[in-house]
Amino acid sequence: MQSIIAHMGGLAISLLREMGRMLLFILYAFYMIVRAPGKPIHVLKQLHFIGAKSFFVIFLTAAFTGMVLALQGYYTLTKFGSEGMLGSVVALSLIRELGPVLSALMVTGRAGSAMTAEIGIMRITEQIDALETMALEPFKYLMSPRILAALIALPLLCAIFDVVGIFGGYLVGVKLMGVNPGAYIHEMEKSVEWKDVYSGLIKSLSFGLIIAWVCCYKGYFTSRGAEGVSRATTAAVVMSSVSILIWDYFLTSVLL
Amino acid sequence: MIEMLRVTKSFSGQVVLNNLDMEIPAGKITAVIGPSGEGKSVLLRHIIGLMKPDMGRIIIDGEDITHMGRRELNRVREKFGMLFQNVALFDSMSVFENVAFPLEEKTRLSRNDIRDRVHEALENVGLRDVDRKYPDQLSGGMKKRVGLARALLLNPRIILFDEPTTGLDPIISNAMHRLIKDTHARFGFTAVIVTHEVPAIFDICDYVAMLYQGRIQMRGTPEEIRRSGDPVVCQFVNGELDGPLRLV
Repeated sequence: MQSIIAHMGGLAISLLREMGRMLLFILYAFYMIVRAPGKPIHVLKQLHFIGAKSFFVIFLTAAFTGMVLALQGYYTLTKFGSEGMLGSVVALSLIRELGPVLSALMVTGRAGSAMTAEIGIMRITEQIDALETMALEPFKYLMSPRILAALIALPLLCAIFDVVGIFGGYLVGVKLMGVNPGAYIHEMEKSVEWKDVYSGLIKSLSFGLIIAWVCCYKGYFTSRGAEGVSRATTAAVVMSSVSILIWDYFLTSVLL
Repeated sequence: MIEMLRVTKSFSGQVVLNNLDMEIPAGKITAVIGPSGEGKSVLLRHIIGLMKPDMGRIIIDGEDITHMGRRELNRVREKFGMLFQNVALFDSMSVFENVAFPLEEKTRLSRNDIRDRVHEALENVGLRDVDRKYPDQLSGGMKKRVGLARALLLNPRIILFDEPTTGLDPIISNAMHRLIKDTHARFGFTAVIVTHEVPAIFDICDYVAMLYQGRIQMRGTPEEIRRSGDPVVCQFVNGELDGPLRLV
């Protein structure tokens, strides 16, 4: 019994230590953004990697999400004779929920995992140590540009996701299922408020922070060779994804 | 001058540096030798502040760096250059970008000046026409020389070499040793070389310190080390299988 309690206590202490280290990590990263922002070219490179290079996967995911939403929505709404509401259903689902969450999950898989792997390999091959020995601050070159780029890229990708998804829903609802195009657009316009748009953008902004935070952190503290990098990358993707979904619930309950 | 005073460091209960005292004179080449796993690289990482000792003090040119914050430590690190065992070149950058990186980030030199300085640094280590190559397109010896060019670029007063000839054939190893000797004669930096290359290293260094069981077993000139009657030093220098050193 005593050993079980000791084990649980040990786990709790290591969890607390990890959380404290994560908090200090992000605070120091923001401190470095303010104190030594670095060259814009570093942020632009990351913006290109996280944002521009994610465009295709976001486009594809958004189009098919909108299309399947329209199919499912049409099936449900016809039961109540309200298929005219399809535009409203598709737009609200995408703008409030699916756009921010799915775009964040796709970016986690595409860019977040690469972030962890790249920083992790730099750690185990002593490239981060090399930066330190040159009296250069690794946070300035590795963390701050990625955090800033993720904060800029995620809301933009989310906006693209919303637009493409709504258009995908329009194609299926109007062209395939025969919903009145005027009704689709009109219902969407009537039901979507500014509050819905900015709550989605706030969500994607916070998801951007989660992705950059978790993935940079896991990469920075990678150890034990190639296996360590693979473990860190898996942990970063799982932790980012789960954190996004949990945070989404709490944020939704506040922003509703 | 670099001083390590009663430095102790352990990892998961295993003591690696044990009350170690050591002085490294300025402007000289000091080689740190010792069996594998004795903490030679750990010692080097303490000197440049990549690791903090559990106990003891590390003093660089009269400044105690043991408890320095990052900003202060970076000021002291301006004096250093370091060549890592695996060179630690930035693998996503070309040779030119690797060598130019510290200049671009720490100086306000024009592009032309940076280009000239990089080419000069590369020529100092005997490299030409490698600007556009990436680290994975270079041989082990070339990587080491690029690393040395990068370390030399900002004219550091102290250069740390972590096993600079590991993985190189004997001819390239000798060439690397000569390169260290020549650049030292030219620039007059303090050099600390962690190495297994005994006795080859004796030809280029001014002092040798042997690390054993977390302490300096013996320190002296290469000649003194060669003539030492210490059984541990004798066995290591002569590469004998029998003696107090155990094969791990």
